[in-house]
Amino acid sequence: MAEKSILDLCGLQGLIDALQGRGYAVLGPTVRDGAIVISEISTLDDLPRGVADEQDAGHYRLRERGDEALFGYAAPVQSAKPVFFPADEMLWRGRRGPEGGFTVEPAQPQPSPVALLGLRSCDLAALSVHDTVLTSRGLVDARYAARRADTFIVAVTCADPAGTCFCASMGTGPRPLAGYDIALTELLETEHRFLAEAGSPVGEDLLAELPPRAVTSDDTAAADDVVRTATARMGRVLRTDDMPEMLYAQARSPHWDEVAERCLACTNCTMVCPTCFCTTVEDVSDLSGDVDERHRVWDSCFSQEYSQLHTNFVRASTGARYRQWVTHKLAAWIDQFGTSGCVGCGRCITWCPAAIDITAEVDALRAASQQTAGGQHAQHH
Amino acid sequence: MRSITELLHDSPFFAGLPDPVLEQLAGCARTARFAEGQMLFSAGQPANDFYLVRHGRVAIELHNPSRGTITLDTVHDGDVVGWSWLVPPYLWTFDARAAADTSAVEFDGACLRGKCDADPALGYALMRRVSHVMYERLQAARVQMLDMYGAPM
Amino acid sequence: MTAATTQQPPVSRDPMVPRPFRVVASHLDTDDTVTLSLEPMGSDPLVFAPGQFTMLHAFGVGEVPISICGDPTRPDPLMHTIRDVGNVTHALVSAEVGAVVGVRGPYGTGWRPGDGVGGDLLMVAGGIGLAPLRPALLEVASRRDEYDRVVLLYGARSPADILFEDDLRRWADECRIEVAVTVDYAPPEWDGRVGPVTTLVGRAGFDPPRTLALVCGPEIMMTLTANALLGRGVAPHRMRLSMERNMKCGAGLCGHCQLREFFLCVDGPVLPYSQLAPLLDVREL
Ligand SMILES: Cc1cc2nc3c(=O)[nH]c(=O)nc-3n(C[C@H](O)[C@H](O)[C@H](O)COP(=O)(O)OP(=O)(O)OC[C@H]3O[C@@H](n4cnc5c(N)ncnc54)[C@H](O)[C@@H]3O)c2cc1C
Ligand code: SF4
Ligand code: SF4
Ligand code: FES
Repeated sequence: MAEKSILDLCGLQGLIDALQGRGYAVLGPTVRDGAIVISEISTLDDLPRGVADEQDAGHYRLRERGDEALFGYAAPVQSAKPVFFPADEMLWRGRRGPEGGFTVEPAQPQPSPVALLGLRSCDLAALSVHDTVLTSRGLVDARYAARRADTFIVAVTCADPAGTCFCASMGTGPRPLAGYDIALTELLETEHRFLAEAGSPVGEDLLAELPPRAVTSDDTAAADDVVRTATARMGRVLRTDDMPEMLYAQARSPHWDEVAERCLACTNCTMVCPTCFCTTVEDVSDLSGDVDERHRVWDSCFSQEYSQLHTNFVRASTGARYRQWVTHKLAAWIDQFGTSGCVGCGRCITWCPAAIDITAEVDALRAASQQTAGGQHAQHH
Repeated sequence: MRSITELLHDSPFFAGLPDPVLEQLAGCARTARFAEGQMLFSAGQPANDFYLVRHGRVAIELHNPSRGTITLDTVHDGDVVGWSWLVPPYLWTFDARAAADTSAVEFDGACLRGKCDADPALGYALMRRVSHVMYERLQAARVQMLDMYGAPM
Repeated sequence: MTAATTQQPPVSRDPMVPRPFRVVASHLDTDDTVTLSLEPMGSDPLVFAPGQFTMLHAFGVGEVPISICGDPTRPDPLMHTIRDVGNVTHALVSAEVGAVVGVRGPYGTGWRPGDGVGGDLLMVAGGIGLAPLRPALLEVASRRDEYDRVVLLYGARSPADILFEDDLRRWADECRIEVAVTVDYAPPEWDGRVGPVTTLVGRAGFDPPRTLALVCGPEIMMTLTANALLGRGVAPHRMRLSMERNMKCGAGLCGHCQLREFFLCVDGPVLPYSQLAPLLDVREL
């Protein structure tokens, strides 16, 4: 039994090797074009050693940390969403047959099992949100389910959150809570090492294959310290205790239109959000018109066609679309799925070209709601 | 033969008005019959009358040189028809044609106006009812204007 | 090898892959509306409840939500009444006998007319909205004795746009259903009612506190009808409306049909007015 263990750098490489040995494609963070992205990795050299990120509204930049940390940055550009839920995938291919007929060949992806290394707690929480949305209700996204089956997750405690992070407010981090096979906390002081904790029998199994090294009370204290410091350094805060009612009550607020004056409806926020799941379907025909592929592609509630009815659009104004996005994320999601649709990763803030900040806009809406509530209160006396 | 007061008493439009009021109103009214196809009134003509349809069907029509005649509204048992007697210049704006054999109570608009002027309480009671029906007709006209089931634009 | 991760999502049949159905009959109802009868090719008939819809796929063109309009006790052939309003519906109404279309579903909530048993049942239809109500009417007609008064108020654009005239006659003559038809515009030879369907609500013969109302048509027609029903004293939770929104999956997965907390393809399309009223009042929600 190896519920907890200490891995040194060699041990971490051993973990990657063991995963590959078990047939997993190992995906982890790596630096590409000045950003951290999730990609296939095979050695520790692929990881962003000594790299940190600066994130703020409309701002993303990598910098040198001046240490050897492998996980010393916050949310990568994309979460693991595209791994299981690709931006474009074929659903089926139709072939025209004789006499106006056609045949349907479902696309059957045969994904090899994936191991995710270094998954942030926010993205881990997002994965569980996606599992609920896409597989826990009446009808199941069969391709997502197939890709998700047999996933192995090595999550990591966020030690150095960015200015846009607020997972602590959302209860999703910085320490991985559930749903991982192994969770790592990177410890840099005195010796570069990782506190590894198994979260599943398979995780335990795998840890048992690695050279054993006992966990001391110093190690656990150091890990707790990492969590404490990270929580204290969270760049942003979001209050959620009055959801969903607060946002429902603000449906007519003029503030939505005020945001719309800045919002470009570019869809960036929904594309980088790890929980957004909206899609549309497109037909791709070959030149002869005899073969027709149905593709499911990511869509966004910020696009006009999203709500099309004939030549009209239910949400014609950008304000209505921004309201849909925020109200769905933070309020309706709770009614629909029993959790918030936001995990506090901060990506929508970082990648907004207009630097619109969901935490600030919600604060502004709440302030407006309290003013109206206060006004009504005054009238009664 | 039932008296006009009785007829008014039983109609949804006048129901609830006290009998003395109904008797006063009945003083301005007489019964009328229109054979199918007969006009109750025509656009542009002086509007002196107001009708309560007892039995039958009246079509409110508009004739337009390019679209021909179209029916805008139909009036059925218990409905009232005709507002132009209320508003200057007291001229009909549409045609009303009996689309089936129709019996009605016909009111003299000038007589009604006189009674309303002389007795504001009566006038108010009548105008409340008239404005309710006018409101419903206006709503209906607006809804029709939407062309709800028309080609999606 | 099984990894005990977050959850083990069940692997199952893909709801996004249609079943091929062959067009066995195509009936021109009006100059822009066609009823297609479809038979499954090598699979079971599609069992449905009145008010449910399917996603109909026209090869190489696309897929749209269309209500099933046939008899729920006889799902084979599967019937849809489709109005030609755009790309996909045009391809569907043009499908000839023998052609194949893709069918997914059935999806969504139904009318559940049975909840009105023992009382009065009122159905108000506008335009193509009579098609989604037809299965409910057929069901009610076959169990007519279980209801008190059954009333259908139907508004069409013009006499030429009236759907299912044979049904209307049969329901009125043989099934003790009180049928009132009105049109928004008519030529002088039309001997029926003229005026919006909402004007029929005021005097229709039903007892408001004992009435279940099923309303289907353009959204504006439904909200005006709901208002008129409120005026007569029908409780909002006893009125059911069938909602239309853009739908890409029908399965609660694509997000398009959301109306605040509702996925109208799963939680709807039929929902009680008590739940819809606060949402329909907000512009562009
Ligand atoms: C639950 C439900 C049941 C329906 N039942 C019927 C029916 O029984 N008969 C019938 O004729 N029509 C029905 N409709 C409407 C039908 O889905 C639309 O007419 C159709 O989607 C139009 O597609 P198009 O490509 O022909 O038109 P286009 O105008 O080219 O469509 C453009 C886009 O808007 C969407 N769209 C346009 N109109 C509607 C609409 N009214 N509702 C939803 N999406 C729309 C299309 O799906 C497409 O994505 C129903 C709609 C819903 C939601
Ligand atoms: S809404 Fe923004 S902060 Fe919340 S999960 Fe999505 S991208 Fe992250
Ligand atoms: S916020 Fe918009 S794009 Fe994201 S899941 Fe909700 S409706 Fe879809
Ligand atoms: S139509 Fe896709 S979620 Fe409802």
